[in-house]
Amino acid sequence: MNVAVRTPAPRVDAAALKLTAAQLRGRIIAMSHAAQAAHLASSLSCADVLTAAYWHVLNIDPQSPGDLLRDRFILSKGHAAAALYATLAMKGYFEIEELDSFCRDGGRLAEHPPANLLPGVEAATGSLGHGLPIGCGIALSGRIKGERFRVYALLSDGENNEGSVWEAAMFAAAQKLDNVCVIVDYNKWQATGRSDETLMLAPLRDKWAAFGWDASEIDGHDVGALAEAMQRVPNGSGKPVALIAHTIKGKGVSFMEDDNNWHYRAPTADEVVKARKELGLA
Amino acid sequence: MRNAFADELTRLGDEDSRIVMLSGDIGNRLFDKFKARHPSRFYNCGVAEANMMGVAAGMGINGLRPVAYSIAPFVTTRCLEQIRTDVCYHEAPVTIVAVGGGLSYAGLGPTHHACEDISFLRSIPNMVVICPGDAHEVRAALRAAMRQHRPVYIRIGKKGEPLVHPGAIADFEIGKAITISDGDDVCLLSTGNMLPEAVEAARGLKERGISAEVVSFHTVKPLDEARLREAFGRFRLVATIEEHSLIGGFGAAVAEWLVDTGTNPTSLLRVGTPDAFFKKSGEQAYAREMLGLTGRQIADKIVQALH
Repeated sequence: MNVAVRTPAPRVDAAALKLTAAQLRGRIIAMSHAAQAAHLASSLSCADVLTAAYWHVLNIDPQSPGDLLRDRFILSKGHAAAALYATLAMKGYFEIEELDSFCRDGGRLAEHPPANLLPGVEAATGSLGHGLPIGCGIALSGRIKGERFRVYALLSDGENNEGSVWEAAMFAAAQKLDNVCVIVDYNKWQATGRSDETLMLAPLRDKWAAFGWDASEIDGHDVGALAEAMQRVPNGSGKPVALIAHTIKGKGVSFMEDDNNWHYRAPTADEVVKARKELGLA
Repeated sequence: MRNAFADELTRLGDEDSRIVMLSGDIGNRLFDKFKARHPSRFYNCGVAEANMMGVAAGMGINGLRPVAYSIAPFVTTRCLEQIRTDVCYHEAPVTIVAVGGGLSYAGLGPTHHACEDISFLRSIPNMVVICPGDAHEVRAALRAAMRQHRPVYIRIGKKGEPLVHPGAIADFEIGKAITISDGDDVCLLSTGNMLPEAVEAARGLKERGISAEVVSFHTVKPLDEARLREAFGRFRLVATIEEHSLIGGFGAAVAEWLVDTGTNPTSLLRVGTPDAFFKKSGEQAYAREMLGLTGRQIADKIVQALH
Protein backbone atom coordinates (compact mmCIF):
# COMPACT_ATOMS: atom_id res chain seq x y z
CA MET A 1 0.00 0.00 0.00
CA ASN A 2 1.24 3.44 -0.91
CA VAL A 3 0.81 5.87 1.90
CA ALA A 4 1.70 9.48 1.47
CA VAL A 5 4.37 10.68 3.83
CA ARG A 6 2.83 13.77 5.29
CA THR A 7 4.96 16.11 7.27
CA PRO A 8 3.15 17.81 10.15
CA ALA A 9 1.27 20.83 8.92
CA PRO A 10 3.25 24.01 9.44
CA ARG A 11 1.82 26.81 11.50
CA VAL A 12 -0.56 28.96 9.53
CA ASP A 13 1.14 32.19 8.57
CA ALA A 14 -1.98 34.29 8.07
CA ALA A 15 -0.08 37.48 7.19
CA ALA A 16 1.86 35.76 4.42
CA LEU A 17 -1.33 34.15 3.12
CA LYS A 18 -3.08 37.53 3.06
CA LEU A 19 -0.29 39.02 0.99
CA THR A 20 -0.44 36.08 -1.42
CA ALA A 21 -4.21 36.45 -1.73
CA ALA A 22 -3.80 40.13 -2.63
CA GLN A 23 -1.22 39.23 -5.28
CA LEU A 24 -3.53 36.54 -6.62
CA ARG A 25 -6.36 39.04 -6.86
CA GLY A 26 -4.06 41.42 -8.71
CA ARG A 27 -3.26 38.72 -11.28
CA ILE A 28 -6.94 37.85 -11.70
CA ILE A 29 -7.92 41.48 -12.29
CA ALA A 30 -5.12 41.94 -14.82
CA MET A 31 -6.24 38.81 -16.68
CA SER A 32 -9.86 39.89 -16.72
CA HIS A 33 -8.88 43.31 -18.08
CA ALA A 34 -6.51 41.96 -20.74
CA ALA A 35 -8.96 39.34 -21.96
CA GLN A 36 -12.10 41.39 -21.27
CA ALA A 37 -13.37 38.14 -19.78
CA ALA A 38 -16.41 37.58 -17.59
CA HIS A 39 -16.60 36.05 -14.11
CA LEU A 40 -14.17 38.42 -12.42
CA ALA A 41 -16.31 38.80 -9.32
CA SER A 42 -16.72 35.03 -9.03
CA SER A 43 -12.95 34.64 -9.23
CA LEU A 44 -12.28 37.28 -6.57
CA SER A 45 -14.88 35.67 -4.34
CA CYS A 46 -12.89 32.46 -4.01
CA ALA A 47 -9.34 33.86 -4.07
CA ASP A 48 -8.87 33.31 -0.34
CA VAL A 49 -10.02 29.69 -0.55
CA LEU A 50 -7.52 29.04 -3.35
CA THR A 51 -4.78 30.77 -1.40
CA ALA A 52 -5.42 28.71 1.72
CA ALA A 53 -5.56 25.51 -0.34
CA TYR A 54 -2.50 25.97 -2.53
CA TRP A 55 -0.24 27.87 -0.13
CA HIS A 56 -0.98 25.91 3.02
CA VAL A 57 -3.19 22.83 2.80
CA LEU A 58 -2.56 20.79 -0.32
CA ASN A 59 0.10 18.11 -0.38
CA ILE A 60 1.26 18.84 -3.93
CA ASP A 61 4.41 19.19 -5.97
CA PRO A 62 3.99 21.40 -9.05
CA GLN A 63 7.01 19.68 -10.58
CA SER A 64 5.20 16.35 -10.32
CA PRO A 65 1.58 17.12 -11.19
CA GLY A 66 0.71 13.47 -11.86
CA ASP A 67 1.90 12.15 -8.48
CA LEU A 68 -0.61 9.47 -7.46
CA LEU A 69 -0.50 10.54 -3.82
CA ARG A 70 -1.07 14.25 -4.36
CA ASP A 71 -4.07 15.96 -2.85
CA ARG A 72 -6.60 16.94 -5.48
CA PHE A 73 -8.23 20.35 -5.77
CA ILE A 74 -11.14 20.51 -8.19
CA LEU A 75 -12.47 23.91 -9.18
CA SER A 76 -16.01 22.72 -9.66
CA LYS A 77 -17.08 26.33 -10.22
CA GLY A 78 -15.10 26.31 -13.44
CA HIS A 79 -16.12 29.85 -14.35
CA ALA A 80 -13.53 31.04 -11.84
CA ALA A 81 -10.86 29.65 -14.17
CA ALA A 82 -8.84 32.87 -14.03
CA ALA A 83 -8.37 32.37 -10.29
CA LEU A 84 -7.22 28.79 -10.82
CA TYR A 85 -4.87 29.65 -13.69
CA ALA A 86 -3.27 32.48 -11.73
CA THR A 87 -2.88 30.17 -8.73
CA LEU A 88 -1.31 27.38 -10.76
CA ALA A 89 1.08 29.77 -12.51
CA MET A 90 2.10 31.40 -9.22
CA LYS A 91 2.73 27.91 -7.82
CA GLY A 92 4.93 27.06 -10.79
CA TYR A 93 2.80 24.58 -12.72
CA PHE A 94 3.53 26.68 -15.78
CA GLU A 95 5.16 30.00 -16.60
CA ILE A 96 3.59 33.17 -15.24
CA GLU A 97 3.87 34.67 -18.74
CA GLU A 98 1.35 32.13 -20.01
CA LEU A 99 -1.34 34.01 -18.05
CA ASP A 100 -1.11 36.65 -20.79
CA SER A 101 -2.62 34.09 -23.16
CA PHE A 102 -5.86 33.84 -21.14
CA CYS A 103 -8.72 33.52 -23.66
CA ARG A 104 -6.36 34.19 -26.59
CA ASP A 105 -6.65 32.22 -29.83
CA GLY A 106 -4.74 28.97 -29.71
CA GLY A 107 -3.82 29.07 -26.04
CA ARG A 108 -4.31 26.56 -23.23
CA LEU A 109 -6.13 28.95 -20.91
CA ALA A 110 -9.71 28.88 -22.12
CA GLU A 111 -12.55 30.53 -20.21
CA HIS A 112 -13.13 27.24 -18.41
CA PRO A 113 -10.42 24.78 -17.33
CA PRO A 114 -9.66 22.18 -20.03
CA ALA A 115 -9.26 18.40 -19.82
CA ASN A 116 -5.87 16.77 -20.27
CA LEU A 117 -4.20 19.95 -21.41
CA LEU A 118 -2.86 22.01 -18.55
CA PRO A 119 -0.76 20.68 -15.65
CA GLY A 120 -2.50 21.08 -12.31
CA VAL A 121 -6.05 21.04 -13.67
CA GLU A 122 -7.55 17.93 -12.10
CA ALA A 123 -10.86 18.02 -13.95
CA ALA A 124 -12.38 20.02 -16.74
CA THR A 125 -15.24 22.06 -15.33
CA GLY A 126 -17.52 24.81 -16.48
CA SER A 127 -20.77 22.94 -16.52
CA LEU A 128 -21.83 23.11 -12.89
CA GLY A 129 -22.48 20.07 -10.73
CA HIS A 130 -19.71 17.92 -12.20
CA GLY A 131 -16.71 18.48 -9.97
CA LEU A 132 -18.01 16.77 -6.86
CA PRO A 133 -19.10 13.49 -8.53
CA ILE A 134 -15.73 13.31 -10.30
CA GLY A 135 -14.00 14.10 -7.03
CA CYS A 136 -15.93 11.33 -5.28
CA GLY A 137 -14.83 8.91 -7.99
CA ILE A 138 -11.22 9.95 -7.57
CA ALA A 139 -11.49 9.64 -3.77
CA LEU A 140 -13.10 6.22 -3.93
CA SER A 141 -10.58 4.98 -6.49
CA GLY A 142 -7.82 6.06 -4.12
CA ARG A 143 -9.39 4.01 -1.35
CA ILE A 144 -9.71 0.99 -3.65
CA LYS A 145 -6.06 1.28 -4.69
CA GLY A 146 -4.83 1.98 -1.18
CA GLU A 147 -3.59 5.47 -2.00
CA ARG A 148 -4.17 8.05 0.68
CA PHE A 149 -4.85 11.59 -0.38
CA ARG A 150 -7.54 14.22 0.05
CA VAL A 151 -9.95 15.64 -2.49
CA TYR A 152 -11.15 19.24 -2.25
CA ALA A 153 -13.96 20.52 -4.44
CA LEU A 154 -14.81 24.21 -4.59
CA LEU A 155 -18.44 24.80 -5.48
CA SER A 156 -20.28 28.02 -6.14
CA ASP A 157 -23.50 28.67 -4.27
CA GLY A 158 -25.44 28.75 -7.51
CA GLU A 159 -23.94 25.36 -8.27
CA ASN A 160 -25.92 23.99 -5.34
CA ASN A 161 -28.94 24.32 -7.63
CA GLU A 162 -27.74 21.28 -9.56
CA GLY A 163 -29.27 17.96 -8.55
CA SER A 164 -26.04 16.11 -9.27
CA VAL A 165 -24.42 17.97 -6.34
CA TRP A 166 -26.92 16.39 -3.97
CA GLU A 167 -26.65 12.99 -5.60
CA ALA A 168 -22.92 13.18 -4.96
CA ALA A 169 -23.48 14.46 -1.42
CA MET A 170 -25.56 11.38 -0.58
CA PHE A 171 -23.07 9.10 -2.31
CA ALA A 172 -20.07 10.52 -0.44
CA ALA A 173 -21.89 10.19 2.88
CA ALA A 174 -22.97 6.60 2.15
CA GLN A 175 -19.42 5.64 1.18
CA LYS A 176 -18.01 7.54 4.18
CA LEU A 177 -15.59 9.48 1.99
CA ASP A 178 -14.10 11.38 4.90
CA ASN A 179 -11.16 12.50 2.77
CA VAL A 180 -13.49 14.59 0.62
CA CYS A 181 -14.01 18.26 1.45
CA VAL A 182 -16.46 20.57 -0.23
CA ILE A 183 -16.03 24.31 0.10
CA VAL A 184 -19.07 26.31 -0.96
CA ASP A 185 -18.24 29.82 -2.10
CA TYR A 186 -21.39 31.27 -0.57
CA ASN A 187 -21.40 34.82 -1.94
CA LYS A 188 -25.23 34.93 -2.07
CA TRP A 189 -25.33 35.76 -5.77
CA GLN A 190 -25.69 33.62 -8.83
CA ALA A 191 -25.34 34.76 -12.43
CA THR A 192 -28.53 36.79 -12.65
CA GLY A 193 -29.96 37.08 -9.20
CA ARG A 194 -29.78 36.59 -5.43
CA SER A 195 -29.21 32.91 -4.69
CA ASP A 196 -31.98 32.51 -2.14
CA GLU A 197 -34.47 34.23 -4.43
CA THR A 198 -33.60 31.88 -7.29
CA LEU A 199 -33.64 28.48 -5.60
CA MET A 200 -33.78 28.52 -1.81
CA LEU A 201 -30.37 27.51 -0.49
CA ALA A 202 -30.83 28.54 3.13
CA PRO A 203 -30.19 26.99 5.52
CA LEU A 204 -27.25 25.73 3.49
CA ARG A 205 -25.14 24.38 6.34
CA ASP A 206 -28.12 22.46 7.67
CA LYS A 207 -28.78 21.01 4.24
CA TRP A 208 -25.25 19.63 3.93
CA ALA A 209 -25.42 18.34 7.51
CA ALA A 210 -28.75 16.68 6.76
CA PHE A 211 -27.10 14.96 3.80
CA GLY A 212 -24.63 13.30 6.14
CA TRP A 213 -21.72 15.71 6.00
CA ASP A 214 -19.70 17.25 8.79
CA ALA A 215 -20.80 20.75 7.86
CA SER A 216 -19.74 24.05 9.34
CA GLU A 217 -19.80 27.71 8.43
CA ILE A 218 -16.68 29.77 8.04
CA ASP A 219 -15.59 33.24 7.00
CA GLY A 220 -14.54 32.61 3.42
CA HIS A 221 -12.13 35.55 3.47
CA ASP A 222 -10.28 34.57 6.64
CA VAL A 223 -7.39 32.77 4.96
CA GLY A 224 -5.95 31.63 8.26
CA ALA A 225 -9.21 30.09 9.42
CA LEU A 226 -9.76 28.52 6.00
CA ALA A 227 -6.28 27.01 6.03
CA GLU A 228 -6.85 25.48 9.45
CA ALA A 229 -10.30 24.13 8.63
CA MET A 230 -9.25 22.66 5.31
CA GLN A 231 -6.19 21.08 6.90
CA ARG A 232 -8.47 19.18 9.34
CA VAL A 233 -9.58 16.71 6.65
CA PRO A 234 -10.30 13.93 7.47
CA ASN A 235 -11.41 15.26 10.83
CA GLY A 236 -12.19 12.04 12.68
CA SER A 237 -15.95 12.30 12.24
CA GLY A 238 -15.95 9.60 9.58
CA LYS A 239 -17.94 11.98 7.38
CA PRO A 240 -17.06 14.06 4.37
CA VAL A 241 -16.47 17.68 5.30
CA ALA A 242 -18.46 20.65 4.03
CA LEU A 243 -17.26 24.19 4.67
CA ILE A 244 -19.92 26.75 3.93
CA ALA A 245 -17.67 29.72 3.27
CA HIS A 246 -19.46 33.05 3.59
CA THR A 247 -17.96 35.29 0.97
CA ILE A 248 -18.50 38.55 -0.86
CA LYS A 249 -18.68 38.49 -4.59
CA GLY A 250 -15.94 40.74 -5.97
CA LYS A 251 -14.12 40.71 -2.61
CA GLY A 252 -11.11 42.97 -2.31
CA VAL A 253 -12.18 45.80 -4.58
CA SER A 254 -14.70 48.17 -3.01
CA PHE A 255 -16.48 49.11 -6.22
CA MET A 256 -16.91 45.46 -7.21
CA GLU A 257 -17.95 44.01 -3.88
CA ASP A 258 -21.48 42.61 -3.81
CA ASP A 259 -22.27 44.25 -7.16
CA ASN A 260 -23.46 41.47 -9.43
CA ASN A 261 -22.74 43.50 -12.59
CA TRP A 262 -19.20 42.24 -12.11
CA HIS A 263 -20.33 38.70 -12.80
CA TYR A 264 -19.99 39.65 -16.47
CA ARG A 265 -18.18 43.01 -16.56
CA ALA A 266 -14.45 43.35 -17.12
CA PRO A 267 -12.49 46.31 -15.70
CA THR A 268 -11.11 49.24 -17.68
CA ALA A 269 -7.45 50.24 -17.39
CA ASP A 270 -8.38 52.97 -14.87
CA GLU A 271 -10.36 50.52 -12.79
CA VAL A 272 -7.39 48.15 -12.75
CA VAL A 273 -5.22 50.93 -11.31
CA LYS A 274 -7.82 51.74 -8.64
CA ALA A 275 -8.26 48.10 -7.77
CA ARG A 276 -4.53 47.50 -7.43
CA LYS A 277 -4.27 50.48 -5.09
CA GLU A 278 -7.02 49.10 -2.89
CA LEU A 279 -5.26 45.75 -2.80
CA GLY A 280 -2.04 47.43 -1.72
CA LEU A 281 -0.30 46.40 -4.93
CA ALA A 282 0.16 49.78 -6.56
CA MET B 1 -27.09 -11.24 -22.80
CA ARG B 2 -27.53 -9.88 -19.28
CA ASN B 3 -26.31 -13.01 -17.54
CA ALA B 4 -23.41 -13.36 -19.98
CA PHE B 5 -22.40 -9.80 -19.13
CA ALA B 6 -22.48 -10.44 -15.37
CA ASP B 7 -20.59 -13.72 -15.74
CA GLU B 8 -17.91 -12.32 -18.04
CA LEU B 9 -17.50 -9.26 -15.83
CA THR B 10 -16.86 -11.54 -12.85
CA ARG B 11 -14.16 -13.36 -14.82
CA LEU B 12 -12.60 -10.11 -15.95
CA GLY B 13 -12.73 -8.86 -12.38
CA ASP B 14 -10.62 -11.85 -11.36
CA GLU B 15 -8.07 -11.06 -14.04
CA ASP B 16 -7.82 -7.28 -13.64
CA SER B 17 -7.90 -5.61 -10.26
CA ARG B 18 -8.63 -2.23 -11.88
CA ILE B 19 -12.14 -3.28 -12.86
CA VAL B 20 -14.84 -1.72 -10.68
CA MET B 21 -18.56 -2.38 -11.09
CA LEU B 22 -21.00 0.51 -10.61
CA SER B 23 -24.70 -0.24 -10.71
CA GLY B 24 -27.59 2.20 -10.80
CA ASP B 25 -29.58 0.17 -8.27
CA ILE B 26 -30.55 -2.56 -10.71
CA GLY B 27 -29.50 -6.18 -11.21
CA ASN B 28 -30.71 -7.65 -7.95
CA ARG B 29 -28.68 -10.86 -7.37
CA LEU B 30 -27.13 -10.53 -10.83
CA PHE B 31 -23.77 -9.46 -9.44
CA ASP B 32 -23.69 -11.66 -6.34
CA LYS B 33 -20.65 -13.55 -7.59
CA PHE B 34 -18.77 -10.39 -8.48
CA LYS B 35 -19.65 -8.88 -5.09
CA ALA B 36 -18.56 -12.01 -3.24
CA ARG B 37 -15.21 -12.12 -5.01
CA HIS B 38 -14.52 -8.39 -5.15
CA PRO B 39 -16.41 -6.71 -2.32
CA SER B 40 -14.31 -3.55 -2.51
CA ARG B 41 -14.97 -3.20 -6.23
CA PHE B 42 -18.75 -3.24 -6.41
CA TYR B 43 -20.79 -0.11 -5.71
CA ASN B 44 -24.51 0.33 -5.88
CA CYS B 45 -24.62 4.00 -6.77
CA GLY B 46 -28.35 4.26 -6.20
CA VAL B 47 -30.91 5.86 -8.46
CA ALA B 48 -28.55 8.71 -9.22
CA GLU B 49 -27.11 8.14 -12.67
CA ALA B 50 -25.58 11.59 -13.12
CA ASN B 51 -23.45 11.07 -10.04
CA MET B 52 -22.69 7.47 -11.01
CA MET B 53 -21.29 8.61 -14.34
CA GLY B 54 -19.24 11.37 -12.71
CA VAL B 55 -17.89 8.88 -10.17
CA ALA B 56 -17.04 6.48 -13.01
CA ALA B 57 -15.17 9.26 -14.80
CA GLY B 58 -13.25 10.12 -11.62
CA MET B 59 -12.27 6.49 -11.16
CA GLY B 60 -11.21 6.22 -14.80
CA ILE B 61 -9.17 9.42 -14.56
CA ASN B 62 -7.41 7.94 -11.55
CA GLY B 63 -6.37 4.66 -13.17
CA LEU B 64 -9.29 2.27 -12.64
CA ARG B 65 -11.54 0.61 -15.25
CA PRO B 66 -15.08 1.29 -14.07
CA VAL B 67 -18.09 -0.34 -15.66
CA ALA B 68 -21.28 1.70 -15.21
CA TYR B 69 -24.46 -0.30 -15.60
CA SER B 70 -28.16 0.44 -15.69
CA ILE B 71 -31.21 0.27 -17.93
CA ALA B 72 -30.47 1.88 -21.28
CA PRO B 73 -32.34 5.20 -21.03
CA PHE B 74 -31.12 5.84 -17.49
CA VAL B 75 -27.45 5.13 -18.17
CA THR B 76 -27.47 7.16 -21.40
CA THR B 77 -30.07 9.87 -21.84
CA ARG B 78 -30.50 10.62 -18.13
CA CYS B 79 -26.81 11.36 -17.70
CA LEU B 80 -25.83 12.31 -21.22
CA GLU B 81 -23.94 15.42 -20.20
CA GLN B 82 -21.88 13.46 -17.68
CA ILE B 83 -21.05 10.94 -20.41
CA ARG B 84 -20.06 13.72 -22.76
CA THR B 85 -18.21 16.02 -20.40
CA ASP B 86 -16.93 13.83 -17.57
CA VAL B 87 -16.22 10.63 -19.46
CA CYS B 88 -15.58 11.50 -23.11
CA TYR B 89 -14.00 14.94 -22.77
CA HIS B 90 -11.60 13.54 -20.17
CA GLU B 91 -11.04 10.41 -22.29
CA ALA B 92 -11.69 8.40 -19.15
CA PRO B 93 -11.62 4.63 -19.74
CA VAL B 94 -15.19 4.08 -18.60
CA THR B 95 -17.27 1.26 -20.04
CA ILE B 96 -20.97 2.00 -20.04
CA VAL B 97 -23.16 -1.08 -20.26
CA ALA B 98 -26.83 -0.51 -21.03
CA VAL B 99 -29.29 -3.33 -20.51
CA GLY B 100 -32.62 -3.20 -22.29
CA GLY B 101 -31.40 -1.78 -25.59
CA GLY B 102 -34.10 -0.91 -28.11
CA LEU B 103 -37.42 -2.48 -27.24
CA SER B 104 -36.04 -5.23 -25.00
CA TYR B 105 -38.21 -3.91 -22.19
CA ALA B 106 -41.13 -3.03 -24.45
CA GLY B 107 -43.63 -4.06 -21.82
CA LEU B 108 -42.32 -1.48 -19.36
CA GLY B 109 -43.36 1.32 -21.66
CA PRO B 110 -41.54 4.16 -23.44
CA THR B 111 -39.84 5.33 -20.23
CA HIS B 112 -37.82 2.11 -20.48
CA HIS B 113 -37.41 1.95 -24.27
CA ALA B 114 -34.12 3.03 -25.80
CA CYS B 115 -34.37 3.75 -29.50
CA GLU B 116 -32.31 6.94 -29.48
CA ASP B 117 -29.24 5.98 -27.45
CA ILE B 118 -27.00 5.02 -30.40
CA SER B 119 -27.74 8.39 -31.94
CA PHE B 120 -26.79 10.30 -28.80
CA LEU B 121 -23.72 8.28 -27.95
CA ARG B 122 -22.14 8.02 -31.37
CA SER B 123 -22.15 11.80 -31.80
CA ILE B 124 -19.85 12.27 -28.82
CA PRO B 125 -16.12 12.50 -29.57
CA ASN B 126 -13.91 9.69 -28.19
CA MET B 127 -16.85 7.32 -27.72
CA VAL B 128 -16.93 3.79 -29.12
CA VAL B 129 -20.40 2.30 -29.66
CA ILE B 130 -20.84 -1.46 -29.63
CA CYS B 131 -24.14 -3.33 -29.95
CA PRO B 132 -23.47 -7.04 -29.48
CA GLY B 133 -25.72 -9.44 -31.37
CA ASP B 134 -25.84 -12.30 -28.90
CA ALA B 135 -24.41 -13.45 -25.57
CA HIS B 136 -21.15 -14.56 -27.15
CA GLU B 137 -20.68 -11.12 -28.64
CA VAL B 138 -21.47 -9.56 -25.26
CA ARG B 139 -18.63 -11.49 -23.65
CA ALA B 140 -16.21 -10.72 -26.46
CA ALA B 141 -17.18 -7.04 -26.59
CA LEU B 142 -16.75 -6.58 -22.84
CA ARG B 143 -13.36 -8.26 -22.97
CA ALA B 144 -12.34 -6.09 -25.92
CA ALA B 145 -13.59 -2.94 -24.18
CA MET B 146 -11.37 -3.70 -21.21
CA ARG B 147 -8.36 -3.83 -23.54
CA GLN B 148 -9.13 -0.29 -24.72
CA HIS B 149 -8.04 2.77 -22.85
CA ARG B 150 -10.98 4.94 -23.78
CA PRO B 151 -14.73 5.32 -23.27
CA VAL B 152 -16.85 2.48 -24.64
CA TYR B 153 -20.62 2.11 -24.81
CA ILE B 154 -21.98 -1.44 -24.92
CA ARG B 155 -25.69 -1.78 -25.63
CA ILE B 156 -27.08 -5.16 -24.72
CA GLY B 157 -30.57 -6.68 -24.78
CA LYS B 158 -32.11 -8.53 -21.87
CA LYS B 159 -31.83 -12.18 -20.90
CA GLY B 160 -32.60 -15.31 -22.86
CA GLU B 161 -32.06 -14.11 -26.42
CA PRO B 162 -31.20 -16.88 -28.90
CA LEU B 163 -27.51 -17.54 -29.53
CA VAL B 164 -26.32 -16.92 -33.07
CA HIS B 165 -22.63 -17.74 -32.75
CA PRO B 166 -21.84 -21.43 -32.15
CA GLY B 167 -19.43 -20.64 -29.34
CA ALA B 168 -16.96 -18.16 -27.89
CA ILE B 169 -15.62 -15.65 -30.44
CA ALA B 170 -11.85 -15.81 -30.36
CA ASP B 171 -11.05 -13.08 -32.87
CA PHE B 172 -13.53 -10.36 -31.93
CA GLU B 173 -12.25 -6.91 -32.77
CA ILE B 174 -13.90 -3.59 -32.06
CA GLY B 175 -14.77 -2.02 -35.40
CA LYS B 176 -14.59 -5.27 -37.37
CA ALA B 177 -17.93 -6.71 -38.44
CA ILE B 178 -18.45 -10.48 -38.31
CA THR B 179 -19.92 -12.46 -41.20
CA ILE B 180 -22.49 -14.87 -39.86
CA SER B 181 -23.39 -16.55 -43.15
CA ASP B 182 -22.37 -15.97 -46.77
CA GLY B 183 -24.79 -14.99 -49.50
CA ASP B 184 -24.86 -13.74 -53.10
CA ASP B 185 -27.85 -11.49 -53.68
CA VAL B 186 -28.42 -9.22 -50.73
CA CYS B 187 -26.48 -8.30 -47.61
CA LEU B 188 -28.08 -7.89 -44.21
CA LEU B 189 -26.03 -5.71 -41.87
CA SER B 190 -27.49 -6.18 -38.42
CA THR B 191 -26.48 -4.39 -35.26
CA GLY B 192 -27.29 -5.41 -31.72
CA ASN B 193 -30.12 -7.59 -30.56
CA MET B 194 -31.72 -7.74 -34.03
CA LEU B 195 -29.17 -10.33 -35.13
CA PRO B 196 -31.50 -13.34 -34.64
CA GLU B 197 -34.17 -11.50 -36.70
CA ALA B 198 -31.60 -10.93 -39.46
CA VAL B 199 -30.78 -14.65 -39.45
CA GLU B 200 -34.50 -15.39 -39.62
CA ALA B 201 -34.92 -12.92 -42.51
CA ALA B 202 -32.13 -14.67 -44.44
CA ARG B 203 -33.88 -17.99 -43.89
CA GLY B 204 -37.14 -16.54 -45.22
CA LEU B 205 -35.36 -15.07 -48.23
CA LYS B 206 -33.70 -18.40 -49.00
CA GLU B 207 -37.14 -20.03 -49.21
CA ARG B 208 -37.95 -17.47 -51.87
CA GLY B 209 -34.81 -18.13 -53.81
CA ILE B 210 -32.85 -15.11 -52.58
CA SER B 211 -29.40 -15.66 -51.14
CA ALA B 212 -28.71 -13.27 -48.26
CA GLU B 213 -25.43 -12.66 -46.51
CA VAL B 214 -25.78 -11.93 -42.80
CA VAL B 215 -23.27 -9.70 -41.06
CA SER B 216 -23.18 -8.82 -37.38
CA PHE B 217 -22.18 -5.17 -37.49
CA HIS B 218 -21.63 -5.03 -33.74
CA THR B 219 -19.62 -1.82 -33.77
CA VAL B 220 -21.55 1.25 -34.89
CA LYS B 221 -18.64 3.57 -34.11
CA PRO B 222 -16.07 3.33 -35.53
CA LEU B 223 -17.74 1.91 -38.63
CA ASP B 224 -16.05 -1.00 -40.39
CA GLU B 225 -15.56 0.95 -43.59
CA ALA B 226 -13.76 -1.87 -45.40
CA ARG B 227 -16.72 -4.13 -44.79
CA LEU B 228 -19.11 -1.42 -46.03
CA ARG B 229 -17.05 -0.91 -49.20
CA GLU B 230 -17.09 -4.62 -49.80
CA ALA B 231 -20.84 -4.97 -49.19
CA PHE B 232 -21.88 -2.04 -51.36
CA GLY B 233 -19.50 -3.17 -54.08
CA ARG B 234 -20.78 -6.73 -54.20
CA PHE B 235 -24.53 -6.64 -53.49
CA ARG B 236 -27.34 -4.95 -55.32
CA LEU B 237 -29.16 -4.45 -52.01
CA VAL B 238 -27.73 -3.83 -48.58
CA ALA B 239 -30.06 -3.62 -45.60
CA THR B 240 -29.21 -2.14 -42.22
CA ILE B 241 -31.19 -3.69 -39.39
CA GLU B 242 -31.44 -2.25 -35.89
CA GLU B 243 -33.85 -1.91 -32.99
CA HIS B 244 -33.28 1.83 -32.93
CA SER B 245 -34.72 4.91 -34.54
CA LEU B 246 -33.98 5.48 -38.20
CA ILE B 247 -32.86 8.93 -37.04
CA GLY B 248 -29.22 8.89 -36.03
CA GLY B 249 -28.69 5.18 -35.55
CA PHE B 250 -26.72 2.53 -37.41
CA GLY B 251 -28.60 2.93 -40.68
CA ALA B 252 -28.13 6.68 -40.48
CA ALA B 253 -24.41 6.20 -39.88
CA VAL B 254 -24.20 4.00 -42.98
CA ALA B 255 -26.20 6.54 -45.00
CA GLU B 256 -23.82 9.29 -43.90
CA TRP B 257 -20.90 7.11 -44.94
CA LEU B 258 -22.45 6.49 -48.35
CA VAL B 259 -22.90 10.19 -49.00
CA ASP B 260 -19.49 11.13 -47.67
CA THR B 261 -17.72 8.52 -49.79
CA GLY B 262 -19.77 9.16 -52.93
CA THR B 263 -21.12 5.62 -52.90
CA ASN B 264 -24.41 5.00 -54.69
CA PRO B 265 -27.04 5.15 -51.92
CA THR B 266 -29.88 3.61 -53.92
CA SER B 267 -28.88 0.10 -52.86
CA LEU B 268 -29.43 0.90 -49.15
CA LEU B 269 -32.56 -0.23 -47.31
CA ARG B 270 -32.80 0.90 -43.70
CA VAL B 271 -34.84 -1.10 -41.19
CA GLY B 272 -35.41 0.42 -37.77
CA THR B 273 -37.99 1.97 -35.48
CA PRO B 274 -40.12 4.94 -36.54
CA ASP B 275 -39.99 8.48 -35.18
CA ALA B 276 -42.68 7.75 -32.59
CA PHE B 277 -43.08 6.44 -29.05
CA PHE B 278 -44.51 2.92 -28.88
CA LYS B 279 -47.23 3.36 -26.29
CA LYS B 280 -49.17 0.11 -26.48
CA SER B 281 -48.65 -2.53 -23.83
CA GLY B 282 -47.03 -5.74 -24.94
CA GLU B 283 -43.66 -7.45 -24.89
CA GLN B 284 -40.77 -7.15 -27.33
CA ALA B 285 -42.08 -9.75 -29.82
CA TYR B 286 -45.37 -7.86 -30.09
CA ALA B 287 -43.64 -4.50 -30.49
CA ARG B 288 -41.39 -5.87 -33.21
CA GLU B 289 -44.40 -7.32 -35.03
CA MET B 290 -46.23 -3.99 -34.85
CA LEU B 291 -43.20 -2.07 -36.10
CA GLY B 292 -42.28 -4.43 -38.91
CA LEU B 293 -39.09 -5.65 -37.30
CA THR B 294 -39.56 -9.43 -37.31
CA GLY B 295 -37.37 -11.56 -39.55
CA ARG B 296 -40.35 -12.45 -41.73
CA GLN B 297 -41.36 -8.81 -42.14
CA ILE B 298 -37.79 -7.78 -42.92
CA ALA B 299 -37.66 -10.49 -45.60
CA ASP B 300 -40.86 -9.08 -47.08
CA LYS B 301 -39.40 -5.56 -47.18
CA ILE B 302 -36.32 -6.84 -48.95
CA VAL B 303 -38.34 -8.73 -51.53
CA GLN B 304 -40.34 -5.55 -52.14
CA ALA B 305 -37.22 -3.47 -52.50
CA LEU B 306 -35.75 -5.89 -55.01
CA HIS B 307 -38.76 -5.51 -57.30
